[in-house]
Amino acid sequence: MKQYLPILMIFTIAVGFGAMNIVISHLMGRKKATRAKLSPYECGMDPVGSARQRFSVKFYLVAMLFILFDIEAIFLVPWAVVFRGLSESLSKMFVFFEMMIFIGVLLVGYIYAWKKGLFEWNRG
Amino acid sequence: MEILFILFAAIAVAGALNVILQRNPIYSAIGLIVTLCALAGLFLTLAAQFIAAIQIIVYAGAIMVLFVFVIMLLNIREEESKIDRQRYLKWLAAPLFVALLAEVYFVIRVVSYDPKPLPAQGAVPPGQILGTVESIGNAMFTTYLLPFEATSVLILMAIVGSMLLARRERTVSEVTIVTAEQIEAAQLEREDEAHETETVGAGH
Amino acid sequence: MSIDVGFLLEALIKIVVVFHIVLIILAYTVYAERRVLAVIQNRLGPNRVGPQGLLQPFADLLKFIFKEELVPLAANKWLYLLAPLVALVPAFMTMIVYPFGGTVNLPWVGEIDLVVTHFNVGLLYVFAMTSLGVYGIVIAGWASNSKYSLLGGLRSSAQMVSYELALSLSVIGALLQAGSLDLVEIVRAQGGFFGLGWHIFWFQPLGFFIFLISAIAETNRIPFDLPEAETELVAGFHTEYSAMKFALFFLGEYANMLTASVLATVLFLGGWQGPFVDQFPLLGPVYFLGKVFFFIFLYIWLRGTLPRFRYDQLMNFGWKFLLPAALFNIVLSAIVALFAL
Repeated sequence: MKQYLPILMIFTIAVGFGAMNIVISHLMGRKKATRAKLSPYECGMDPVGSARQRFSVKFYLVAMLFILFDIEAIFLVPWAVVFRGLSESLSKMFVFFEMMIFIGVLLVGYIYAWKKGLFEWNRG
Repeated sequence: MEILFILFAAIAVAGALNVILQRNPIYSAIGLIVTLCALAGLFLTLAAQFIAAIQIIVYAGAIMVLFVFVIMLLNIREEESKIDRQRYLKWLAAPLFVALLAEVYFVIRVVSYDPKPLPAQGAVPPGQILGTVESIGNAMFTTYLLPFEATSVLILMAIVGSMLLARRERTVSEVTIVTAEQIEAAQLEREDEAHETETVGAGH
Repeated sequence: MSIDVGFLLEALIKIVVVFHIVLIILAYTVYAERRVLAVIQNRLGPNRVGPQGLLQPFADLLKFIFKEELVPLAANKWLYLLAPLVALVPAFMTMIVYPFGGTVNLPWVGEIDLVVTHFNVGLLYVFAMTSLGVYGIVIAGWASNSKYSLLGGLRSSAQMVSYELALSLSVIGALLQAGSLDLVEIVRAQGGFFGLGWHIFWFQPLGFFIFLISAIAETNRIPFDLPEAETELVAGFHTEYSAMKFALFFLGEYANMLTASVLATVLFLGGWQGPFVDQFPLLGPVYFLGKVFFFIFLYIWLRGTLPRFRYDQLMNFGWKFLLPAALFNIVLSAIVALFAL
């Protein structure tokens, strides 16, 4: 598993690089903060209300659908990797149809979501 | 390799402690993300390469995005210090904790565990090395074919379920969320009105 | 497992070298973008610092260092500081699997592989890192406690997750052809036909275009740059950032662009493969960088040419067109692979 160790190295280096840059800029930059400078930017006007607001349920739905289809994509990966190397033609045909069933079932879900108007962004 | 295990385990435990000790739910969520990434590291030390990658892509990269979305955008204030409703949970937690400890002890001491030695890489094709994509792909279409197909149905059910969640939202706040039918109905009404005023105007 | 000191030392040296190469590429991508955009728009662009303005990136660096650093009063300080790092680090972590070339024989060094490391789940590693990059943007948007930032972060993350799907589905076809997730193996699989066995020619043109479009959306670039649509959201999620923290977001974005270009090269354009690479392995990095720079140029060219999508168009396009197209491509590729063409 030694091939994976460079991940730790690059992680350390990248964090070090980023932190170093922030620290250097923190030390070198001028600091002359005023109240107006430190208030949230709203095109020069005084900020109106809080930025913490609630948002459309669409965003949660997108996140949820993303999880579901992401899992599907993950299942496709091992299949895609082994498929070409399967030797006997019978089992290859078998695996092909197994995967088509898998995709087909999920396609039903996709069509259902479409028909329910989930992808209609300009409404609701 | 032990040193890596200790490193990742320490990060995972620290992240998990962060999840339960922080008052601000955002910090808790970040703690959970850290824990999940550390778990991916632990999987790697166990040579479960594919699972490690999936751990990050699905858990840290997808499911936690939803968590963070919900926490940030539902605008949950810092957890209030006293919630009476949850006081009894303390009494539930203690036996659960003991049960968990017993379980861990059972797994370590009682269950006989005979790990197969990992073959050296390069000597055998990747399909026979445990934990690689190839070995998982092969297992998926032979031994675990039924669970694999069942998963698709499970995901389908989840899609329908999430759709239902959103629909309930719609009926609760009909004022803010306008459905397509409502728009259509409103347009028809407006057209009727326009038509009426036109005919009335022509009459004058 | 014993620790292989030789391997680790070699990896460390390679990482340091690759890190510098990547930094230089990123710095000059910014410069090239400004110059090319200037040419497209009939301007001159930065040409004062050094010959042809070639020292401009260093001047920019100094400027970023000496700029005033602000932490808005309303911001959540720790998350505000953390966000640029979260955006930058995963973007930089992918560079260890960039396959610059095959095995070459260098004078004084001997035989080395022109890649820091490669492993069984290489492509998934890259995807894992890009999926972590979302947090930098979400955290920045939320921690700044400004409306523009929050809207920008929200839009950006919804867009990124939507297109990540099409992105990961579009590569399945190429994986079917290559039969591996290891980036080096994927490139090796495209070595046939006189170094032109590239996946874009061999049954993956559709996959290539889906990948390209979703990669551009994934990196938040024009025409999908809604998160920082300056005419409506000021600067999106980094509205409240200044000095080096802003520069880190900027670097992260360009690093993601580079990663997307590298992936497009590796998966569809044969990586370092090309005519005569077998005879002269040193041609490999030349081909590789040439193809990568082509994609970076494409990014800039698109920015100079195309208008921006509207948000609902963007989401519709991703979910209603790209996703089914990617699924269609998978079925098509599976049929091709079934008959082992």
